[in-house]
Amino acid sequence: METVYIILITTFKTLIYFGILMLHVAYATYAERKVIGHIQLRLGPMLVGPHGLLQPIADVVKLIFKEDIIPTKVDKAIFRIAPLISLTAALSTFAVIPVNKNWVISDINVGLLYVIGIAGIGTYGIIFSGWSSNSKYAFLGSLRSAAQMISYEVALGLSLVGVILMAESFNLTEIVNKQGEYWYGMFLFPQIIGYFVFVVAMLAETNRLPFDLPEAETELVAGYFVEYSGIRFSLFYLAEYLAMFCMSALATICFWGGWTIPPVLLKALPALGLIPGIVWFLLKVYFHIFLFFWLRGTLPRYRYDQLMAIGWKVLIPLALFNILVTSIFKYYL
Amino acid sequence: MQNRVKTVKELVVNMGPQHPATHGVLRLILELEGEVIRKCTPYIGYLHRGVEKLSEDLTYVQSLPLTDRLDYLSSMVNNVGFCIAVEKLVGINVPERAKFIRTMMSEMARICSHLVWIATHALDIGAMTVFLYAMRDRESLLELFEMVTGARLTVSYPRVGGVRCDVDNEFLDKLYKFTEEFPGKVEEYETLIDRNRVWLKRTKGVGVITAEEAINWGLTGPTLRGSGVYYDVRKFFPYDAYDKVEFEVPVGKNGDIYDRYRCRMLEFRQSAKIIKQCIEKLPEGPILAENALRIRMPESPLKIDKKDIIFEIYTEDKQIQEFIQKFTEVYASVEAPRGELGFYIVCDSSSKPYRMRVRAPSFVHAGVLPKLCEGSLVADVIANIGSIDIVLGECDR
Repeated sequence: METVYIILITTFKTLIYFGILMLHVAYATYAERKVIGHIQLRLGPMLVGPHGLLQPIADVVKLIFKEDIIPTKVDKAIFRIAPLISLTAALSTFAVIPVNKNWVISDINVGLLYVIGIAGIGTYGIIFSGWSSNSKYAFLGSLRSAAQMISYEVALGLSLVGVILMAESFNLTEIVNKQGEYWYGMFLFPQIIGYFVFVVAMLAETNRLPFDLPEAETELVAGYFVEYSGIRFSLFYLAEYLAMFCMSALATICFWGGWTIPPVLLKALPALGLIPGIVWFLLKVYFHIFLFFWLRGTLPRYRYDQLMAIGWKVLIPLALFNILVTSIFKYYL
Repeated sequence: MQNRVKTVKELVVNMGPQHPATHGVLRLILELEGEVIRKCTPYIGYLHRGVEKLSEDLTYVQSLPLTDRLDYLSSMVNNVGFCIAVEKLVGINVPERAKFIRTMMSEMARICSHLVWIATHALDIGAMTVFLYAMRDRESLLELFEMVTGARLTVSYPRVGGVRCDVDNEFLDKLYKFTEEFPGKVEEYETLIDRNRVWLKRTKGVGVITAEEAINWGLTGPTLRGSGVYYDVRKFFPYDAYDKVEFEVPVGKNGDIYDRYRCRMLEFRQSAKIIKQCIEKLPEGPILAENALRIRMPESPLKIDKKDIIFEIYTEDKQIQEFIQKFTEVYASVEAPRGELGFYIVCDSSSKPYRMRVRAPSFVHAGVLPKLCEGSLVADVIANIGSIDIVLGECDR
């Protein structure tokens, strides 16, 4: 009976999470167009609804009803399954992400490992799509993606080792709680190098500018999803935005103290404690999402070899150095 | 154990003609080894409209609108180039005011063209914001073109012997205001890209052309000057009012993408400076030479047969009539935004050119692409195409 109860509760939680997430993703596309619009001195969506607020809904409707073209010579089964792999991987990561105290679908002990592991599976979707498309541009895009993901996954993982050392746990809730024990309430300050590496690797992991090489529309036309259209194309976009949210949530949890506010701040302004944790969490997540948009409006794209050089010659040594420093401090203090 | 011979299969990629970064309809066949380009073969001709051949069947004046379509991003300069060639052919002296107006307009066209260049070049390298900023500023110039010529892109404004119509004070005021504000806008682009590490990494030391190579390849314009060669038609063979205005010719050092970029950015400022001087020094007087070629059209085109609609060039000047009698040839060139744009005309004393040939800078520049691309990476190809700034309209003609 208890198992059924747990399954029902988890399903219910998952559905709520799913719904809210999808809404967030839809409006993240809107927010991106608005933010970029302001950076680039244009309006962004304005016509559908007040200030174009219904634009994401209109987009979804359009993409669902658009003709789904599958080129003749593609490997049909893999072509069809590829976007689903990306999407499923991106969605699955949210199973362990706590958004507030005890607000999590599954509070597992290896949460951090799980997120990194599952996020890596998304690469399969990209490689499969590129390979099955039977198009050279798509193939090049997927090859780039594979190399990029492998390189930056290492840096991403290593950048989080400092956090793990400090929190002495892989559990994401534990990591947040541990940060509350310090007066500054965040791992951001002691782990500033780790945070830097994480942010750069997060941009690369989610294929965002300046690391959007797998799609690089001016070089590879659209890269791995060049042959996709309609709803299948939008699934890739969905996965990309979900990955953005996932990485932002991870940055918030591991470096920004998740849903908590620094104790020192709370002491100075006790009224802040009245604001629910989820608000803090979302604010921190959206700061990172804004970072994604802002960088897109500012930076050009790296070249493939430069991207690799940054990954292997800058980020990984930096992350290793961070681990060393953290370990020494941890041992002696 | 036997040594295994590894066979490397090269990937042949067709970049273009519908590729977003091939600046028109350039087609490059790239033989790749991984991401490294082993061989690059450019193919042109997808935009061929036979302008040179068509003009042999049209009178000089009728050919003028065709020149608009060559380099459609700076049609004013093409018009001026063609008019100068015909003026040289028939020996017409252009009034001073017209010369200044033409100079002004040519520099406006240069700014317009360079704006499209910086926009697309930045977009190729991934900086979309610059694209929109540049398009915003180009818009104000296009509006000014529209004010005077009635057209925005293909203006057909200069005439053999002058210009079509005069400019008014409102236009001059607006243009002056633009020249005051424009250097600030250029700084805006520079803030976005010039101090950007990613941009510098993508451009410095990439696509190097030495001065010697640049001369051997016949490169001109900012592409040549980026390699450190001081050559500018405006300085060496001044036409229109270029000998009456002061300006500098920016020259690069290393011949890489960054130097070509810097040259064009400095040209922005120089062009604004030239326009300003033209406005300040603009003399009063006629805008078309007295003995200029005039088009004699039938009085009422609606009433007559199609076969009777004949465009004819005539002049009352005896000297010119004699001059035209001879079978002669002429070459005149101007400094277009992309480089030296030359018109070579063979005249058989009829009202139509016997032969016309355009020396288009884009055509020459497209030839250097394999040299630039081979051995580099896919991403460098588009950066290189952007840096040599080609327009396929004039490349294909």
